[in-house]
Amino acid sequence: MESKTQQPLEQEQEIKGPGRLSRMFLTLYDVYKFIARFFKEGFLPPYEGRELFRQCYEIGYRSALLISTTGFITGIVFTKQSRPSLSEFGATSWLPSLVGIALLRTLAPLLTGLIAAGKVGSSIGAELGSMRVTEQIDAMEVSATNPFKFLVSTRVLAATITIPILTFYTAMVGMCGALLNVSLSENTSAKAFFQSSLEQITFLDFTASTIKAILFGFTIGVVGCYQGYNSSKGTEGVGKAANSAVVIAMFLIFIEEVVSVQFFSLFRT
Amino acid sequence: MEQKKETEKQAEKVIKIKGLMKSFGNFHVLKGIDLDVYKRENLVVLGKSGTGKSVLIKIIVGLLTPDSGEVKVLGQNVDQITYKELLALRLKVGFSFQNSALYDSMTVRENLEFPLVRNQKSLTKAEVNIAVEEMLDAVGLLNTINQMPSELSGGQRKRIGIARTLILRPEIMLYDEPTAGLDPITCLEINKLINEVQTRFHTSSIVITHDLTCAKSVGNRVAMLLDGQFQRVGTFEEVFNTNDERVKPFYDYNFIQ
Repeated sequence: MESKTQQPLEQEQEIKGPGRLSRMFLTLYDVYKFIARFFKEGFLPPYEGRELFRQCYEIGYRSALLISTTGFITGIVFTKQSRPSLSEFGATSWLPSLVGIALLRTLAPLLTGLIAAGKVGSSIGAELGSMRVTEQIDAMEVSATNPFKFLVSTRVLAATITIPILTFYTAMVGMCGALLNVSLSENTSAKAFFQSSLEQITFLDFTASTIKAILFGFTIGVVGCYQGYNSSKGTEGVGKAANSAVVIAMFLIFIEEVVSVQFFSLFRT
Repeated sequence: MEQKKETEKQAEKVIKIKGLMKSFGNFHVLKGIDLDVYKRENLVVLGKSGTGKSVLIKIIVGLLTPDSGEVKVLGQNVDQITYKELLALRLKVGFSFQNSALYDSMTVRENLEFPLVRNQKSLTKAEVNIAVEEMLDAVGLLNTINQMPSELSGGQRKRIGIARTLILRPEIMLYDEPTAGLDPITCLEINKLINEVQTRFHTSSIVITHDLTCAKSVGNRVAMLLDGQFQRVGTFEEVFNTNDERVKPFYDYNFIQ
């Protein structure tokens, strides 16, 4: 008979026996079950709307300052570093469109994803991990409430919704940084800068960026929740959950970036 | 006739355990235990650390699955019911955790509201408020309603944990080490509360403890878990009226003979 709840203690005992390869497959199967459970339970009533809204606010609020600063600096630095190469060909007028395309296609999603993986992923991993080791998740379970729905579904959904919003915010802030650099170096008006940068951006760029950001958000949510929800071994386990949430999410984001660049380039040609 | 009916009611088994076995890897914790808990009785389970006392009540509430054996709670076999049926059963079985397990990101009010609003959706906001305040009043901590768990003492946290469990009006209460880590006076208060819960809410309980003062003051019966099995079950006096070297040190230590 299948266990009604996921008990880290039992799970650990079970996977201690087999070798490293078997353990890896068991973990992958466990992750698959975790994601399947999210799709099975996450969209069915009863809905935890209030908690979902709270999580969206937390994720956005927690990352906003860091993302604003990083996005702005990236815009300035990228523009400054690109100028010499373009000026060699007398093409500095292409600078706004180059920055616009680079930010929207890659820099904004990647930057937002990585920062959110560090900030949000670790926080989710640590929070759920400490709830697991202090038996708060068990307490929800025994009070006839579905902790997966309340804790996991809401956080994964919130990350999936909020990261794309943050991505476009990062792109916008990055453009402001680029504008500052361009304004200081050349006599370009804000209107001309934005017109020049936006006219090269296609619907595909916008769609690809949105899809990537959704994927990154989902990855951060799932990895953080999985690590936290299944943590064990007391406080040591909480630290491990937070750490793994960041490392694994960042690694997966880079892989997803490579795959999505290859995939969307098929449509560009 | 009335008396007979009452006796029958008293003898009704709310928990029936038969041949329960549970191992973690090569470590055999429960080795085929049998136990009955009767309606409206407080059964105290005593035993050394690591003998599987907490594992036993976690199996009863479906947090752990047994390797073999039968666990019937209110007539339902916990191991064989669906998840939906298990959730319905859990409404009737309250579980008080050793470290209280209060949701530390919520206030005391929100801790009590959490199970209530999710399981009794027909309640209005006002009714929920009344239920929360009544329950906090029952455990004598109405004044902490807007406090965070981190602002409470160990004893207060235990009481709030019990109140959160009781708010769903369970028929069975499972207490995991209710007096662990508390000073003697708070222990006495918790013991009193356990007895009050039994009288006021007509619950049947299993109390897991090392504390013989607790066992003596709350237990109608005591069961001693030794080597993965219940070796002695009976009243406090019956269990400790023995020369068994595995039982005597328990008594000697607690009452400093």
